[in-house]
Amino acid sequence: MPKKNTFFGALLNGLLFENPTFVLMVGMCPTLAVTTAASNAIGMGLSTTVVLVFSNLFISLLRNLISEKIRIPAFIVVIASFVTIVEMVLKAYMPDLSATLGLYIPLIVVNCIIFARAEAFAFKNGPILALGDGLGMGLGFTAAITVLASVREIFGAGTLFGQDIMGSGYQPMSMLTAPAGGFLTLGILLIIVNMVRKKLDARMAARKEAESV
Amino acid sequence: MTEYLLMLVGCLLVNNYVMCQFLGICPFLGVSKKFDTALGMGLAVTFVMTLASFMTWMVEHFLLLPLDLMYLRTIAFILVIAVLVQLVEMALKKLSYSLYQALGVYLPLITTNCAVLGVAVLNSNNGYGLLQSTLSGCFSALGFTLSLLLFSCIRERLELSDMPKWMQGFPGALIAAGLMAVSFMGFSGLIG
Repeated sequence: MPKKNTFFGALLNGLLFENPTFVLMVGMCPTLAVTTAASNAIGMGLSTTVVLVFSNLFISLLRNLISEKIRIPAFIVVIASFVTIVEMVLKAYMPDLSATLGLYIPLIVVNCIIFARAEAFAFKNGPILALGDGLGMGLGFTAAITVLASVREIFGAGTLFGQDIMGSGYQPMSMLTAPAGGFLTLGILLIIVNMVRKKLDARMAARKEAESV
Repeated sequence: MTEYLLMLVGCLLVNNYVMCQFLGICPFLGVSKKFDTALGMGLAVTFVMTLASFMTWMVEHFLLLPLDLMYLRTIAFILVIAVLVQLVEMALKKLSYSLYQALGVYLPLITTNCAVLGVAVLNSNNGYGLLQSTLSGCFSALGFTLSLLLFSCIRERLELSDMPKWMQGFPGALIAAGLMAVSFMGFSGLIG
């Protein structure tokens, strides 16, 4: 486990040890909704990362000015402002992505990851740490949903980033790109992650025991 | 009349928010462990979503459009919802304390339920009128409640069943939700 009180420690923590999707399991709506194609997932992940980094930074800078009682509305305004900026930038420079993600861009406002990090981390820590945490959590989220989307795209459509990779003989399991496939794929991925983590934990415990003897 | 009936069937089954559009997944997975709490959450969400659809329509048509402030839509809507949730909480506390106690814990959670903001944005995108917006909010929330209740029944059974260790809890619940979504796929194409 890395130390959480350095920039890189906070970054790594978000990326791996407390990965928002596979470990904390927050922000499930966009995770399931936009992961039908890998390129959508990357677009969504990076948009969320931008919002998360800036909202973490600003909330951390303003943490001594915002009183405890009105922190929730204050968070909402900060987050919603950055989401609006991202929404406008996407509409202006990436109209295709903006059209595919559609409704889910304004819904970044209510992504639990951003709220949870504002409440649990940015409001209690300095700006540098909050920046690291936002970047780590955002990239962790991006990586996780890209993996999920790649699995769904490869098996559900036979392509990856729009490129045909399974060959013409492959019969795509189109159910995986349907909503039901989102739940199933995430469930299966979580099982794999859980099994790996259990193995790693057991190995760590064994090593610790060997050291103490 | 037929139009609204079709809308009801559409929102409940064909375009169910949770099963087909992935809105409101967090409470769907978070508060579905017991039937009673799921019912409480469902009722609270239905109440807030109906009111929120009504209020956001008012805000959009009497404030944002006349003042040409549509780019502030996201901020305005989420603030309306947050205020509304707070208001509902305070009103319930005064008016019906028993209902407040039953729903109390779930009320603050509703602000971050993306189905509420989702329905407001969808109504606005689709250009619905006032009655249509309010009804679509109410019906979609009923659809959310339906899937939440069904899923809570399944999860109560799952708690008791003998599953491999690495499947217990979240992964098992997701697989169950996936199978449930498969059955909802059967409704697709029922009405255009």
